[in-house]
This record gives sequence, structure tokens and C-alpha cells, in this order.
Amino acid sequence: MEPKRKHTISVLVENRPGVLARVAGLFARRCYNINSLAVASTETPGISRMTVVTMGTGHELEQIIKQLTKLVDVIKTLDHTDDVLIEREIALIKVHAATDTRSEIMQLAQIFRSDIVSISPKEETMVLEVTGDEEKVDAFIEALGKFEIREMVRTGKIALVRGSRET
Amino acid sequence: MNGAEALVESLKQEGVDVIFGISGGAALPIYDALNLESSRSIRNILVRHEQGAAHMAEGYAKSTGKVGVCLATSGPGATNLVTGIADALLDSVPMVAITGQVASTLIGTDAFQEADIMGITMPIVKHSFQPRDVNEIPEIVKKAFYLARSGRPGPVLIDLPKDIAAQEITNFKYPTQVSILGYNPVKDCVQEDVDRAVEMINQAQKPVLYAGGGVIISEAHRELAALAEKGSIPVATTLMGRGAIPDSHPLALHMLGMHGTAYANWAVGEADLLIAVGTRFDDRVTGNLARFAPHAKVVHLEMDPAEIHKNRHADVAVQGDAKEALSRLLEGIQRNARQEWVARITEWKTQEPLRYDPAGPLKPQYILEQLAETTGMEPIFVTDVGQHQMWAAQFLPFKRPRQWLTSGGLGTMGFGLPAAIGAKVANPKQDVWVISGDGSFQMNLQELATATLYDIPVKIALFNNGSLGMVKQWQTLFYNERYEGVHLKDVPDFKLLAEAYGAVGIRVNTPEEVRPALEKARNIQDRTVLIDFQVDPDEHVYPMIPAGQSVDEMRLYPRGSK
Repeated sequence: MEPKRKHTISVLVENRPGVLARVAGLFARRCYNINSLAVASTETPGISRMTVVTMGTGHELEQIIKQLTKLVDVIKTLDHTDDVLIEREIALIKVHAATDTRSEIMQLAQIFRSDIVSISPKEETMVLEVTGDEEKVDAFIEALGKFEIREMVRTGKIALVRGSRET
Repeated sequence: MNGAEALVESLKQEGVDVIFGISGGAALPIYDALNLESSRSIRNILVRHEQGAAHMAEGYAKSTGKVGVCLATSGPGATNLVTGIADALLDSVPMVAITGQVASTLIGTDAFQEADIMGITMPIVKHSFQPRDVNEIPEIVKKAFYLARSGRPGPVLIDLPKDIAAQEITNFKYPTQVSILGYNPVKDCVQEDVDRAVEMINQAQKPVLYAGGGVIISEAHRELAALAEKGSIPVATTLMGRGAIPDSHPLALHMLGMHGTAYANWAVGEADLLIAVGTRFDDRVTGNLARFAPHAKVVHLEMDPAEIHKNRHADVAVQGDAKEALSRLLEGIQRNARQEWVARITEWKTQEPLRYDPAGPLKPQYILEQLAETTGMEPIFVTDVGQHQMWAAQFLPFKRPRQWLTSGGLGTMGFGLPAAIGAKVANPKQDVWVISGDGSFQMNLQELATATLYDIPVKIALFNNGSLGMVKQWQTLFYNERYEGVHLKDVPDFKLLAEAYGAVGIRVNTPEEVRPALEKARNIQDRTVLIDFQVDPDEHVYPMIPAGQSVDEMRLYPRGSK
């Protein structure tokens, strides 16, 4: 069988009530995976971009794109499998930070260019913000693992194609 | 002018002449608008169950190609439409379904008769709209009809909240143009693709045309026949494509697939090129995909890009309207007699025609032969779903497109009677026959009242075998005769039932009674007639390729006769 791969696709949609449900519902009912999803407005008023990371074979990806394009509220669907992408995710990580570990965490943050957005000395926690591609965010989370992560949230991936090509 | 009146005015602008529906709390403003003197050009048919309304809209649409309209109130009214909407999606039927909705201020509060019909129907509509501003209504209606009928047709829902329906519209103006950013159906085929398809056809020794419902929808039947004749290419039709080529045509292979003719399936099995037109390689056609048309390259002419390469990879795909695609191929291909291939097909047709054994209890196939003879195959034939549907698809020799209405994709029992009523409304001068079974018919028999009250006489051939015959056939063949939940027995008395609804009821027990009953039904023009044919309960539909198998496992009619 054809191997499954991770694919990033951009879905430009008319910003109407229910459009997210239409797109998400399509993935669910046709048994396509969503690894991550980010939705927000674009430079054009009334048009939003969904960045979807999905897993599938080439044939499955072709179907996903065609079925998405078939939705009336979807203006355009672009597959970025072969594009050079600038990809970003953000994570906020609340980590246990006792007096004796705080400096080590701050050093680690510096290495990853992570911002410390909050410190609560009483509860001995710190909130760190990291931005980067998936691998960098993963690596930072792994590095923080030894300090006991209390809570964590991360966004879906957003992406733009480098240069003049359209996303 | 309020929102509901704007809706009705917009429907008039779209040329709507009939609406099938049932009122209710949230639909009251719409019905009030239909009551206006200025709305009289729209015939408002009150049905007995909303599912009936949806199938009537389908029957109207399938028999004409025009958009059918059904109307229901919020909540249960709307959910009762759901099966009909799903049916319309799977068979690409142009339909606009209008539902009343609770006031926009109440949406999301679990109000009385509130159902999230936008959410419920999301997977089964081509698109849907819920006006939140009264001034959007004309544009929404314009878009709904455009979407329903263009490209690959399908159902579009308009869910109108009651308060929006009651608000005054400031300036009603029906748009003349419509543009939807994300919707641009392709009409023109790419010449390069056409050229490649032509080359493949010219090179093929054993090509087969495989024609589906898309040929009917795009009215490409003339181009189909012309292409077949020029290249001497035999034509197999799907269940939805019956009538795409006259069955009397020497190149017609009739239906292919699970219950297709042996010669159609053999031809596909041996073909070196399959030219699929307006069709989607459904599992009831292909069986085991890996073993379907194993020697054939595929040329796929298809409107909907999502169908191309979905089930079967196409060596050449021509995206666009079937009529356009076929006429472009017709220009390009060489005249070719393909004598050897045509001779082989003819031999198969003689070797294994459709057969049945007329001995013993009354046979459905015999009734269909008699029906074809008495009617001269002029009427529109509408079926339900099950054995009777397959026999009708096999034994009725169709003459023209749009004379065969059936629920193919969804396989909706209960489709027949209401769809026939819709077809009769659209074609009042034509006889409309329903071919049904005792199982299917009871799923929407309440619409007999609609037929009687509105003078929409249809003719019903009910094949009564006291059971869910197709299910029983599978239990016989694949579940070792373990019959469970399949016997309907002899209730009700359909003759009395017909009479109770003001229709004529006839019962037929023997072959001798068939012809006189059909003649009688033909001659009654002012009332609905139901003939309760007491047919052989053990008759099976053959040929049969069991689900998931291939032509090699095709089972032919067991006892050799006729």
C-alpha cells in the first residue's frame, strides 16, 4: 500500500457561520485525519484561511482536496506537500519552577528563544511561550519535561509559502 | 413585503409552479405568503408526510430536469425531509428544500419544534443557507436554485427563521446575476484530454461505453448513441442511466452490475477500454473493484472532479458536461465497424438473454413484459427499492431518458409513490406507473390521499410477495435460509386499502388476469389504480454478482426456460 505522509494544506474559505463545521464535518465523515487545524482571517476581508495538517496517502490527499474544493464556501484548497514552507506553532507551557531550578529553566528558555510570560513565585510556576516549527516546539517541551510541566497548550500549525508562490 | 413574501416572490421569479409540503408553526408566514392572490401561479400541494414532499419534488425534478421544491416546518417537519434530501444528493437531483425555523432569537435554546436542520443536513446537501437578515432572501434563493441545477445537480436547503420571515424587506429586487466565489463548475472540456481520449478509443479493439445518470442529466443521449454507432461501441447503462440509449438499439447491453445482464458484465469483463460517462464506479456496478474490468483502460467523462480517480483510476479523464464531452469525442473518433467485437457481443446476447421460468405461481417478470406490451413503453415508470426495482430495470425495454425514475444511490424504500405523484404533476398528459413491492409501498402509502385529493392519478403495480423480497433473497443465498425480520405476510388488504383512499383496487392472482387488469388500469384516467399482484414469493432476481465479487462469480437464472 501507498505510504501515509503528513501533508499541510491551506483552505481559503468564505467567512460564514458554519464554515468550520462544514470543513471539520467533511474530515470526520470521510474518515480523514486532522492532526492540527488553525483558522483565522486573511488580508482580504470576509475570507479566512484554514491551515490543516492531515495524514494520508497520495490518493487520500487528492480526495481530501477535491472534496474540500467541492464545498461551496471553500474558495481554494492548496496542497503544500512540495512547497518550501515557513511553518509556525506557538506553545504556552506552565512549568514548576522552584527557586533552585528557576535559573536553569531561564537558560533553557534563552536557548530556545522562548519568552517568560509569567512568574508566580508563591505557586512556584512559570509560563513560557515558544514559537517555531513543530520540531522546535516538541524539542522545547521535551527539554522542559524534567521540571514537571503543570499545564500546556499549543496552537495548530500556520504556514506560508516562501517567495512569490501563493499559499 | 415581508421575508416570506419575498421568498415566494423569488420562487416565482425562478419559475416555480408547484411546491410540495406541509405547514406548521414556523412555516406559517411562508404559507401565508402562498395564500396571497399574487402567489396563485404556484400550485401548493399539501402532502401527508414531509418525506412524501421531498420525493415528490424529486419525481418532478427527475422527470423534467427542472428544480423540484419541497417545504416543511421546523423540527419534525424538517427532519422528515432528511431521507428525501439524502436521496437527492446521492442521485444528483436538483432540489430546493425550504424549512421554517424557530425565531432567530430562539435558535440554540432547544425551543419548541427546534431542530438544527442546518447541522443535521450538512453532510447531505450540496449547500445550505439560513438567512439572518431579511434583505438577504432574494439573493439566497437565486444562489440556491443556481447551485441546485448547475454543475452536478443536488439538493440545497433554505432554513428560514420565523422572525426573519415576518420582517419587512426594504427594497425587493431579484438579482439577475449570481456569482459564488467558491463555486465555478467547469463546462468546457480540455482539448488535450479529449485528444488523448480519442486516441485511446481509436486504438481500442474491444471498447465498452458505461453510461450513468450523468448522461440523462446533461441530456446527452443523442451524442451517446451517435458515438456508439460511429465507433460500433456497445453501451451498458447503470441503474441511473437506464433510458440513456433505447434498449432496442443493437448496441445496447442494457444494465450492468450486480443485477445486470450477463452480456453487459461479460463485455465489461473482456473490454480493453471502458468509456465511463457521467457515472461514478459505484460498488453495485463494480463489485470487487480490483477485479472490475480487469483488462480495460479507463476514459472517464465526468462533471464532478471529486469522482475522477475516486474508486477507479482513469487513464484519461475528461472533466466537463457529458453532452459537450461526448460531442467532442464524436468529432474526433474514427468510424470503425469493430466486426469481431460486435459479433462477440451479439453472440453473448443470444447465448444468455434475460430469462425466467414462467411456470408456477405468478412471476413478476411476466407482469413486466405484459406491462411493456400494453403500454407500448410510453409512460414514465417509477419504482421503489428491492426485487421489483431490479426486475423493472431488467425487463422494461426503455425508449427514452427521463422515463425511468428510481432511487439508486440511497436505495430509499418509499420513494416510488410520492416520486410518481411529482412526475405526474410535471407531466399531466403522460401515464405514470409505479412499480412497487408490499414492503416499499407501505413506507409512504399515505400519499394515496394526496393523489386522490389533488386529482393526480397514477397507476400502481404492486408486486406483493408478503415479504421484504430482496432481503429474503440474501437470507436464502447467503444466510443459509435463516429468515429473520422479513415476513410482512398478507396485511393489509391492498385492494381495500386503495378503495379506502378513493383509488381503484384490483387483485390479480393468475397470469390470465394480468393483461385484463393492466388494460383496465390503462383505461382509467381519472383515478389512481392499484393492482395488487400476488406474485411468487420465492422468485429471485438473476443474474446476480454477489456483493464484493466479480463477473466470474455471476449467478445466472438457475432453471433453463424461455
